[in-house]
Amino acid sequence: MASLNDYLLVSGLLFSIGLAGVVLRRNIIIVFMCLELMLSAANLTLVAFSRFNAAENGLPDSSGQMLVFFVITVAAAEVAVGLAIIVALYRARQTIHTDELVSLKG
Amino acid sequence: MPSYLFWLFATIMLIGAVAVIAFRNPVSSALAMVTSFVGLAALFIGLSAFFVGVIQILVYSGAIMVLFLFIIMLLDLKDEKRRSDSLAPLAAGLVLVAVFFIQLVGVLSHKLPNQTAPPLDKAVLAAAAEGYMGGQGDEKVPTKISTALESGSLPDVHIIGHTLFTQYNLPLQILGVLLLVSTVGVVTLSRKSAAND
Repeated sequence: MASLNDYLLVSGLLFSIGLAGVVLRRNIIIVFMCLELMLSAANLTLVAFSRFNAAENGLPDSSGQMLVFFVITVAAAEVAVGLAIIVALYRARQTIHTDELVSLKG
Repeated sequence: MPSYLFWLFATIMLIGAVAVIAFRNPVSSALAMVTSFVGLAALFIGLSAFFVGVIQILVYSGAIMVLFLFIIMLLDLKDEKRRSDSLAPLAAGLVLVAVFFIQLVGVLSHKLPNQTAPPLDKAVLAAAAEGYMGGQGDEKVPTKISTALESGSLPDVHIIGHTLFTQYNLPLQILGVLLLVSTVGVVTLSRKSAAND
């Protein structure tokens, strides 16, 4: 059996890979995908805690899985809105590279 | 889940995640992300969270990644050009890595309670069945959940549905409003940008 620390290690690694992608990549769609990776890393932590801390009746704590359900739904809504913004941005600027979006730079 | 399966799926997930940021072509990144999410769904199922594992595949690997692929192909993106490295982003990245590494060591060196998963054998499942009995007062009417628990299987989807519609009913309604608002928002965004052309 994998221990709780193993799950936390793997989820921490996934989160850091996602964070590295957000910092390193300039294509805004890839940055967006890496945000999804970070959300999924948090989901893995939640499910691991829900399994390793049994509720009073001995079953896995379903509150943790509820939160994962809500996170996935919010992520789906976020992707829909974010991709619509990206398409609008591309129509206005013909680019989605973060380096070339410098209108707010003083 | 046996240990070797955990490490196998964790490796698939992490390699997929690294491939997302390593590939230059956005379509390859999106497909690597599907691999990563399938590995993650396998980890969820190994943690006896069957419902979460299934919606991870349906929602993320299915719906969300198809949406990403659709947008990538709609915009017809070219491969990313290599960036000229400058010192400031590199230093910021190193500081981030260092901070995260210190946090990871701090968490993992601490001996957390509940290192081994509590057992989910027939005895535990049958004992939990009592709490899911229906009926009013003293009479006990067996429900779908309690019957499944007594027969020694974990009715994960039924339990989640039960919790969702009793304990978490208000958040569920609010979530419905959120989805409605985001749908309206997407339609508004697309209409406005179409009017500007």
